[in-house]
Amino acid sequence: MIFAFEKRKTVSRTAIVVVPFVSFLASLFLTGILLAAFGANPLTTFGAMFKGAFGSGRALTETLVKAIPLMLTGLGVALAFKLKFWNIGAEGQLTLAGVAATWVALYWSPWLPSPLLLPAVVLVGCAAGALWAGVPALLKTGLKVDETLVTLMLNYVAILFSEFLYYGPWRDPKGFGFPGTQPFPKAAWFPRIAGRAHIGLYIAIAAALILWIVLNRTRWGFELKVIGNSPKAARYQGIAVERNIVLAVLLSGALCGLAGVGEVAGISRRLQQGLSLGYGYTAIIVAWMAQLNPLAIPFVAVLMGGLLVGGDQVQMVMGLPSSMGLLMQGMMLFPMLAGSLFTEYRIKRVGSQAVRESKIGAA
Amino acid sequence: MGLITSLIAITLRAGTSLVYATIGETFTERAGILNLGLEGIMLMGAVTSFATAYYTGNLALAIAVAVAVGGLMSLIHAFLSVTMKANQVVSGLSLTLFGTGFASFLGQRLGPASNGRYLIGLTGPRFTPIDAGALGQVPILGAILGQDLFTYGTYLLIPLAWFYMYKTKNGLWLRAIGENPRTADAMGVNVDRAKYGYTILGGMLTALGGAHLALAYTPGWSENITGGRGWIVIALVIFSMWNPARAITGALIFGGINAVQFRLQASGTNIPAGFLNMLPYLTTIIVLVAITWWETLSKRVGSPASLGTAYVREDK
Repeated sequence: MIFAFEKRKTVSRTAIVVVPFVSFLASLFLTGILLAAFGANPLTTFGAMFKGAFGSGRALTETLVKAIPLMLTGLGVALAFKLKFWNIGAEGQLTLAGVAATWVALYWSPWLPSPLLLPAVVLVGCAAGALWAGVPALLKTGLKVDETLVTLMLNYVAILFSEFLYYGPWRDPKGFGFPGTQPFPKAAWFPRIAGRAHIGLYIAIAAALILWIVLNRTRWGFELKVIGNSPKAARYQGIAVERNIVLAVLLSGALCGLAGVGEVAGISRRLQQGLSLGYGYTAIIVAWMAQLNPLAIPFVAVLMGGLLVGGDQVQMVMGLPSSMGLLMQGMMLFPMLAGSLFTEYRIKRVGSQAVRESKIGAA
Repeated sequence: MGLITSLIAITLRAGTSLVYATIGETFTERAGILNLGLEGIMLMGAVTSFATAYYTGNLALAIAVAVAVGGLMSLIHAFLSVTMKANQVVSGLSLTLFGTGFASFLGQRLGPASNGRYLIGLTGPRFTPIDAGALGQVPILGAILGQDLFTYGTYLLIPLAWFYMYKTKNGLWLRAIGENPRTADAMGVNVDRAKYGYTILGGMLTALGGAHLALAYTPGWSENITGGRGWIVIALVIFSMWNPARAITGALIFGGINAVQFRLQASGTNIPAGFLNMLPYLTTIIVLVAITWWETLSKRVGSPASLGTAYVREDK
């Protein structure tokens, strides 16, 4: 029996829902095999992870703490990916926004009226994230420079820059040598909802709703969709392709920046080591698992946040490495990608009889 | 040893891992497959080769393990992009994410109980520079000869890879596949099998680059041992215009930057270390912009025409 592939005109609706679920289960299965190979009982481990992530009020708020930046960076990455602009610089955009937010919180507070401080922190932080995404966007649209590499290289630059600041000129003189700045004034704190979970959660959910509406119910969203499908067709329809890509990527950077603002203003309340725990990279998994759908992103982000928190718990309870969570996330995209064969292609069975006939015909 | 000679020596040493991976990825991309999983493959090559060397003391076995791991990892990418026709950018990214997570996991699990099962901070057997005797004292030549076996390997690999790609029939097929898989198919080349083969070869060479880091350049295992080299290599392939002979230039530039960083830090400069460490990444961006600009101006397209796209065979 021979199979042939035919590209679908529209992606399969059933497959779009089924594939992510199957992928998650497959990732559990693969990790389970690995755990067994390392002499740990997979079921006990998964049980401990689940309990660690969702089993108590505290666990749940910690999961949300990790889900907030994942939602925002996931949204940012998804928006760029929709345009086939491979922004893998969420990590750097988040970090630079954290730096800019810190600058405002610490150095503008002496002269800025305190009710204006938090809005300024948010705005400048988002602007920094947008700027960091804007550089590769302009290089891409202006000179056709590969954006994957530029966005990634800028991650390293932003992280090294933030390290330079909190180890150097911004280091808290009263910090006993701890690498970090002094704490933010209270006026620059994000209000908290429960535990360490802060209002970034509401902002992220609102952002998801707004992004969905923009992408699906506005003229601009329609234009972006056309560009994502075929820049050529978009140009033919008179859509300003370059300008729209730059605008969308700026927005993508701003969303990733918002995640960084939330981390410094909502969680650590200072700039310090470990600002991002690789959220910008996990965001790629979040966006792809959610099939780039803004409404699905918050749910996937909570699941991924749970894996990270659960991974930490497993380390404490069972002595397994905390990178368990990362490993599981890394495995999740493989089945997901394999599944794209079923969402994007229609598989036809070509009977061997027909092939033989066509060969005879050709001869 | 003179300053110039010692700078050349450090440059060659620092560029070695880049040469292996650049040539590997050049083969892969020539076959039309873009593999962004290099960083993950390099990390896995580093951690597995170090663990093997640590426990067995056998460096040859350590290299064999790294090569096998690199081959297996790139097999995943080949399967997803060739057989399952998945998006190659996302598949490569997943491979990097998976490799980073898995390498970190192994680094926290494979170590001896006395070190809390960590591999970090351990020392194992390593490759040391060869003593070239009297020739080692000759300026410049001494720098080229006074290297470890990995670096010697690049002296052979570069001309061999160039010869294979431009002077053999297989090399001609390979270039045809990347340019126009349909034509290659019509000429009787098994396109899918070649894509698998060159993706796996690329992964093996990349893992060798990772092994060089853990066994010779910065002996031992640390979580960020590659420091983005797997990504810099993607830029180096573009910079070398997909020609193995030119892979040496890029590797020398970045090896040279490492050498200068090393020198400046050793001499106690006023420039903060953070800014010095930014140099490779900023240089990558500048090099990439320059080469893209030059390509546009000279109307030359270096990249294989079918790079990154799935090849679907049509029924006639």
